[in-house]
Amino acid sequence: MHEIGLMTSVMEQITESARENGIERITKVKLVLGKMNGALPDALEFAWEIMTPESIFVGAALEIEQVDIVVECPKCGAESAVGEIAYFCPECGARATVKKGQEFYIDFYEGDERKEDTVEGSDGAEDSAGQRPGREG
Amino acid sequence: MKVVMAQRILRANDQVARDNRERLQGLTTVNLISSPGAGKTTLLEKTIAALKGEVVISVVEGDIYTTRDAERIAGQGADVVQINTEGLCHLDANMVGRALDQLDLAATDLVVIENVGNLVCPAEFDLGEDYKVAVLSVTEGGDKPAKYPLVFRQSHAAVINKSDLIPYTDFNLETVTEEIMTINPDLEIFVISARTGEGLEKWCAWLRDRVREKKS
Repeated sequence: MHEIGLMTSVMEQITESARENGIERITKVKLVLGKMNGALPDALEFAWEIMTPESIFVGAALEIEQVDIVVECPKCGAESAVGEIAYFCPECGARATVKKGQEFYIDFYEGDERKEDTVEGSDGAEDSAGQRPGREG
Repeated sequence: MKVVMAQRILRANDQVARDNRERLQGLTTVNLISSPGAGKTTLLEKTIAALKGEVVISVVEGDIYTTRDAERIAGQGADVVQINTEGLCHLDANMVGRALDQLDLAATDLVVIENVGNLVCPAEFDLGEDYKVAVLSVTEGGDKPAKYPLVFRQSHAAVINKSDLIPYTDFNLETVTEEIMTINPDLEIFVISARTGEGLEKWCAWLRDRVREKKS
């Protein structure tokens, strides 16, 4: 039941990044959510619906990619999808290490840039080099 | 325009948790997590009393409302700070950081953070602790570890509390222990009755060892 708090964190981080990148309206947000996490996609979507009106996120699409839990066996090297309880290698029974399923991050967002930005920038150099997508966290 | 972030959703919390961990260097910190009513506060009262004179315990009490638990802890003579989350279902690193400001950390060996009673959300938030400890009580039923595996997976120890009530319930200690160990084979399990004191000795010894280990 802490999905509203999580969504607040998502919106804060994107709002800050959007400001840095001169984006005034967000059109799409993609989150990646491993199944080991307790957060529920439905509850995240509900939080999104009630939180995004009257913000720079109004009307934006939310995509949540769920990642199954996959473990890797240190003995036989097999990679297997497992349930939420037992993380043992189905091939040889050894205790396996988690490879996927812990993910919990903002993958990317899409948005519209501020129009004035292209008109502004009197020295020109900032214009061509700045506002580059692909910024890393 | 597309902006790739690849940024953890709980990044802000994780940063503060790192700061807390830095501040808590040299002392041991335990984050107690359980459902409401599992007996965290009683366990803590008995633990403080049992370790009196050996280990100085300071407590961060997390509750949605009221200061009742903090008053009980203060009654044991321990330094305690109450956090009221006003509806929020878990403690986060920021709240704990502010609470730490009010404790005399230099005079403390062990900080125990009693999280808000909830088996789901607190598991997701790093507070800067060394150890998460899951508390499960007999009366909740033995199916809880399988229903809430995340907290048991992330914990270093699990306390099965209210062991004095086992004869009056369908709780099968062996099956539950097995299930907990399936989820997390590294877990230390303590079977305790905080009310009668049964099993408390082993739990206190574990805490004492953790404190000694961290100091050395």
